[in-house]
Amino acid sequence: MGIERREFLKTLAIASGTLAGVSSLKASDKAKLNPDRFGVLSDLTYCIGCRKCEWACNEANDLPNQPLDSFSDTSVFEQMRRPTSEKYTVVNSYADKGLDGGALNVKVQCMHCENPPCVSACIVGALRKHPDGPVTYNASACIGCRYCIITCPFQIPTYEYEKVLTPQVRKCTLCLERTIENEQLPACVEVCPTEAIIFGHREELIDVAHERIKKNPDKYIDHVYGEHEVGGTSWMYLSNQPFNEIGFPELSDNSPAELTESIQHGIFKGFSGPIMLFSLLGIIMKVMKKEEENE
Amino acid sequence: MNNITTLSYEKPRFFTPGVWVITLLASVGLLSLLVRFIFGLGAVTNLDNQYPWGIWIAVDVACGVALAAGGFMTALIAHIVHGKGYKSVIRPALLTATLGYTFVALGVLTDLGRYYNMWHILLPKYWSPNSALFEVGMCVASYLTVLYIEFLPIVVDRFKGRVNLPGMLKTFNGFFERFLKILDVSLKKVMTIFIILGVVLSCMHQSSLGTLMVLASVKVHPLWQTPILPLLFLLSAFVVGFAMVIFESLIASKSFNLKPEVKVLSRLSRFIPILLLIYLTAKLIDMVTRETYVYLFTASLDSIMYWIEIIIGIAIPFTILMFEKYRNNQTWLFTAAASVIFGVVLNRINVYLIGFTPLYVDKPYFPAWTEIAVTVGFISLIILLYRFFALNFPVIEDMEN
Ligand code: SF4
Ligand code: SF4
Repeated sequence: MGIERREFLKTLAIASGTLAGVSSLKASDKAKLNPDRFGVLSDLTYCIGCRKCEWACNEANDLPNQPLDSFSDTSVFEQMRRPTSEKYTVVNSYADKGLDGGALNVKVQCMHCENPPCVSACIVGALRKHPDGPVTYNASACIGCRYCIITCPFQIPTYEYEKVLTPQVRKCTLCLERTIENEQLPACVEVCPTEAIIFGHREELIDVAHERIKKNPDKYIDHVYGEHEVGGTSWMYLSNQPFNEIGFPELSDNSPAELTESIQHGIFKGFSGPIMLFSLLGIIMKVMKKEEENE
Repeated sequence: MNNITTLSYEKPRFFTPGVWVITLLASVGLLSLLVRFIFGLGAVTNLDNQYPWGIWIAVDVACGVALAAGGFMTALIAHIVHGKGYKSVIRPALLTATLGYTFVALGVLTDLGRYYNMWHILLPKYWSPNSALFEVGMCVASYLTVLYIEFLPIVVDRFKGRVNLPGMLKTFNGFFERFLKILDVSLKKVMTIFIILGVVLSCMHQSSLGTLMVLASVKVHPLWQTPILPLLFLLSAFVVGFAMVIFESLIASKSFNLKPEVKVLSRLSRFIPILLLIYLTAKLIDMVTRETYVYLFTASLDSIMYWIEIIIGIAIPFTILMFEKYRNNQTWLFTAAASVIFGVVLNRINVYLIGFTPLYVDKPYFPAWTEIAVTVGFISLIILLYRFFALNFPVIEDMEN
């Protein structure tokens, strides 16, 4: 879709709430992010599929866990798995997709988007983008509408449907407590034996990623997944296979939040739209009433 | 009511065999509702992490809001544009809207995992102006209040000059009479503001219900996913508002043994083809602009649903209502209104459920019977309450004089 067309549609969209002439269209102010915010780079070609990260994540987040040795069981790879309310991260394995015809393993978790649709969606601000990177959840504010789950472009947040009174939205926290409050590594990064996931400042990680591609152009696909997807994500990937073949959605470089927020703000900025409509209707009502009386 | 003794017309009794069936459905719904609140969402729904929204949102909320549009459409035509001769449909439409929105709110409450936190949307510290859902929530809450205020005169009319408390409470009769009189006078003064406010709030949230799904981006099928979804939702709400007024008025006259108001309804129905044409044009321009016509003939569920929506919801009623002789015919009028309603209901279900495709699906969503029971139960309760109010309050003119 060309820029012109999108602009045209946007303009039409704005006409919808109000029918009144709202002229200016302001994109949302991007969340205030620290320039040296954190991120994670996951180099799929390094991952050996040991699933130690799954174990460490369960430990760190008080999720139900099993002994570490049981994680070497590779039979779980027979099916593609998704994160659940009791598992913030899972590793999936794609046979024959790795280097030298081996398996290619993909760790899945919240991408911690730079302009997260889930945060834009949340009706009460229970989800927030931390200036240092993580997307956090505040259960005590949440009303449980699950709109965040509807809007996540990576289908990440999960819900505790079986809980009667206090269900929560559950997802990876980027180990906020460990990383930002205690200067530790995220549990999964710390446990990884091959440095397939590395933690650092996002901007530096992007440089590292491009450096690796440059050094090994035959090995890697020339694409850092997450550098630009939906406006960028904190978690990024390097791969030797096209990303759409290993379970990654193909997404545009714009966050869907930008579009909806510009529609919302176009219509409601300073309540100009509704106020105009109100006045317009008021005038029509007056005029028509007069006409009626004159008859 | 015993004050209407001079008439040959006799109000029907509340209970008829049909009403008993509806009462039964309502009870099953209420029981399922009880189970939901005791054992949680997981016990009564098939919702999961792929499909976090089911029919309670798609039908009870999205369709409910659209179908209650009759309230603000008649307010617009009758009060604001001062169209003449529409007086008789205002109160029935208002009753439907009030009941409809009450149950939209109850539907939301049922679906929320932490329903007891719902009031958070009123607390400034939680306000999230970036969220379309926040806007919908605030508007629905305000509009519901406005609807209750608009409904008050009906209650006042019912009791004015007839306050007759039994026994000990008799002494308060005079007090209540005076209170009602003051209420009556002051309501008449401020009603204009609330009527306009109701229309504004309606336009706001009818469209924002469309914006809601724009944020779901790639998950909604391209046949429906468009930045002008809010405009399309608003236009279709206009159309279905008229259709609902016609539909419910014809049903009410049948069930209360009244002469159908074909003349008024036929005049109302003239607006439908015009609005349908605008709606269809917007849909087509959007389709051509986004080049989504490639999905029209893919023989998938999505394309079939899209076609049904266009043919039954737009083409058929448009054709019927283009002809005056059909507009003046009760059966055709009813058919056209019903197909418009069907089309808009299908559209909302398409956008919220059928066209909603998660990235990774291991099990397609189909509502559990308890989910259906709650939805059917709520609809049944609306019908029962409508009947109760129509029989006991001055809502339908012909029943009063
Ligand atoms: S991946 Fe999903 S849950 Fe995580 S920040 Fe992005 S939108 Fe939110
Ligand atoms: S479920 Fe909770 S966190 Fe998610 S959007 Fe609703 S209120 Fe926000």
